[in-house]
Amino acid sequence: MARLIRTEKEVEGRFEEVWLVVEEDPLEQWPAGPGEVVGRPAVRKDALERVRGEARYTADIRLPGMLHAALLRSPYAHARVRRIDLAPALALPGVRAAIGPGEAPGLDAEAGYAGAPVAAVAAETDAQARAALEAVDVEWEKLDAVLDPEEAVERGILHGEPERYERGDFDRAVAEADVVVESTYRTQVVLHNSMETHQSVCEWIGDRLDIHTSTQYVWGVRAEVARELGIAADRVRVVCEYMGGGFGSKNSAGEYTFAAAELARRTGRPVRCALTRREEHVAAGNRNATLQRLTVAARSDGTITALGGDFINALGWGGWSAATEGPLKMLYACENVRTTRSTAKINTPPMKAFRAPGFVEGTFGLECLIDELAARLDVDPLELRRMNYASSNDGTPFSSKNLAQCYERARKHWDRRHAVRARSDATWKRGVGMASQIWYGGGGPPSYAWTRVGSDGRITVVTAMQDIGTGTRTAMAQIAAEELGVPLDRVEVTLGDTARGPYATLSAGSSTTPSIGPAVRAAAADAKRQILEIAAQRYDLEERILDIRNGTIVSADGNLSVGLAEFLELLGSAQILGKGARGPNPTGMSVLTFGVHVVEAAVDVETGEVRVERVAAVHDVGRIVNPLGAESQVEGGIIQGIGHTLSEQRLMDEETGRVLTTSLDAYRMPTIADVPEIVCEFVDEPDAHLTNLGSKGLGEPPIVPIAAAIANAIRDATGADVHELPVSREEMLRALREAEKKERRGAPAAV
Amino acid sequence: MKLVINGDEHEVDAPVGASLAAVLRERLGLTGTKIACNEGHCGACTVMIDGVPVLSCITLAHSVEGEVTTIEGLRDHPLVDAFVRADAVQCGFCTPGQVVSAAALVAARPTPTEEEIRHAMAGNICRCGTYPKIEEAILHWRD
Repeated sequence: MARLIRTEKEVEGRFEEVWLVVEEDPLEQWPAGPGEVVGRPAVRKDALERVRGEARYTADIRLPGMLHAALLRSPYAHARVRRIDLAPALALPGVRAAIGPGEAPGLDAEAGYAGAPVAAVAAETDAQARAALEAVDVEWEKLDAVLDPEEAVERGILHGEPERYERGDFDRAVAEADVVVESTYRTQVVLHNSMETHQSVCEWIGDRLDIHTSTQYVWGVRAEVARELGIAADRVRVVCEYMGGGFGSKNSAGEYTFAAAELARRTGRPVRCALTRREEHVAAGNRNATLQRLTVAARSDGTITALGGDFINALGWGGWSAATEGPLKMLYACENVRTTRSTAKINTPPMKAFRAPGFVEGTFGLECLIDELAARLDVDPLELRRMNYASSNDGTPFSSKNLAQCYERARKHWDRRHAVRARSDATWKRGVGMASQIWYGGGGPPSYAWTRVGSDGRITVVTAMQDIGTGTRTAMAQIAAEELGVPLDRVEVTLGDTARGPYATLSAGSSTTPSIGPAVRAAAADAKRQILEIAAQRYDLEERILDIRNGTIVSADGNLSVGLAEFLELLGSAQILGKGARGPNPTGMSVLTFGVHVVEAAVDVETGEVRVERVAAVHDVGRIVNPLGAESQVEGGIIQGIGHTLSEQRLMDEETGRVLTTSLDAYRMPTIADVPEIVCEFVDEPDAHLTNLGSKGLGEPPIVPIAAAIANAIRDATGADVHELPVSREEMLRALREAEKKERRGAPAAV
Repeated sequence: MKLVINGDEHEVDAPVGASLAAVLRERLGLTGTKIACNEGHCGACTVMIDGVPVLSCITLAHSVEGEVTTIEGLRDHPLVDAFVRADAVQCGFCTPGQVVSAAALVAARPTPTEEEIRHAMAGNICRCGTYPKIEEAILHWRD
């Protein structure tokens, strides 16, 4: 039955109260542990076409008559277009149309950062379009630019009011504590750098707009485009079957889509607008920098009595302010907590969500702080974490939490630290560090799926979701196969097209599997019920004794065993159709994911080089659908996190606000040569309160704790506290000098 | 100009200065070769010329003298199956380039060590971080 509920909806840690139509979720969860298909390693359904280069990405779409668009961007960090003349560009060979500020959403006369788009040109070739940009005549009025986030906060140039939170009596707890540690942490701007740059191809067919776009949310793009262009949503079709990476940066339509749509309308031809890699480094979003002034107070027995944080999110011209204080509020049992988060509005490129926004940054600060406290108290860092274990989220019960089990499983990796330290020599110092992970990942309604069973006994799952490379297509096929009792190779999945399937939520916030998986299971169960209903009639048996196992309809009394294809042959070209919906999340519960990383690192104390040698990851994300794909997600998150921790940094000219690291040799991402040994474990226990599946998301958790775990390993190895990301050689040498000074003063430098 | 690609000879009309990657994708419709940076930093556009891996996005089409092998010419290579089995693909945008680089490696060294794999493959960036599985796929490519 459909129900109307008022509920809190969470995406990427942002909550809003909404009305939702949900359907009951009457299916019992499968027992814990591997089933026939779910819980067993599966090769990706779409691996072959991706590996062979046959998968057609947005970048590969070539429509007849297609034009190429390029965007004109502001050279100034803050400026206004006083006058613009597009005519010289239009006069150049191959140029078919040009638009200026106000002529497409996202092209604004006021440029809030160096790289903000103000105009666009469409031409027969990409080279002609880019050449034409040079010819556009713009008279700029330069405006006051603020580039320093602390200055912005001082001057009150903010996105919204500062967010304040307090529970208990922070000041009193600090005053009464035996130990107080205060530290300041800084995290840098990092870039998503999806291999496929942001891009769209737009084509008008009558009054319908077809959009091929590299996106994490086909329905979101449909809604945004319909709203901005003032057309009916069902006149917009958004397609993205294969997608070359997003990491949070492709959740919305983007000005490249709007420019392509408007230029396509004006020319009557399909228009492609694709960012170059250099544009990608400037105008495709970023993880914003943060400044965190943190305080922890504790009793000498290790009980944490107060946690406080003043946070600045250096957001840039746009984006949203992620909850950098989240881990500090939720990870530990602590009665007295006070946080303030100010969001600086500076004239730098806009932030976009990046794989656990806020929590990656906040966990770095918090989990380094906890280790600094452990050093001060002379307590084992793992024990300190266990001592302060949170059994509820400030009074709200967890739907499930197996962090204690993660700590227990991490112990054997943690116990290696004596042996690891012993492998140090005069220049290379080795150590082990750990950090805990907390993040969302429960997903939520609404999402829908259909199943189509053919007379050959093959099943197609139809749902207009995305597989952005995480393997969700395969997970959905596994869930349908498990429920219908058929081998995995009989299930296909149709996705990525708003005209060819029901609504499914965005692929962000670790939500695809927990949101859409239960709907797929419900749709498979609906088809199965119908198959068994007609089998009961056909063979004159009671429906309740029938089941489908390994592609065969069987009866409990052993009298019937007929292959699904053989039985369904009677359908001819007709089909059995199932439908399913995602049920509600448990009310009054916090749905969260947990984990622990244990890192072994080596530091060259002469050069400041840091090498991560081994990472052990234990995660609690409910039921694991595909252990093989899950392991790949964890490895990928860890490797991306190692880049964030050691080498990646978007540099900006502090005078002009222009991005300096615009190429992939200046912005250094990990290569295969940088990969440590990675050990990956899952608790793999279904969340008994969460949907018919008990699964949470896994895309983001593995990137959350890695930076702090590396920093804590560095401290273990050298006694040096690193407070800033990335841990460049310069930062490492600075921290080593600081530690030496501390040691000379007689303070204990290391645990 | 004339190009020999995956054993077939093609007569191609392209402006001087066109990159091999652009000619493959835009003139010949061979879109398996991806362009991710277009300036020779990421390896997504890797093809072989006479068995040697080259970055097609910074190779001038008119300067090509040998025989070009693209991912379309390697679709039945055992590495493809090895990549699929090892889950050495996430978003997949860099993967054709990875396969081409790996094919050049195993042609020269049929049983490469981990060190050799890391050396030969370090020019192919994978933002999803599929590297451990790529290493595994190449180590076991003939299994």
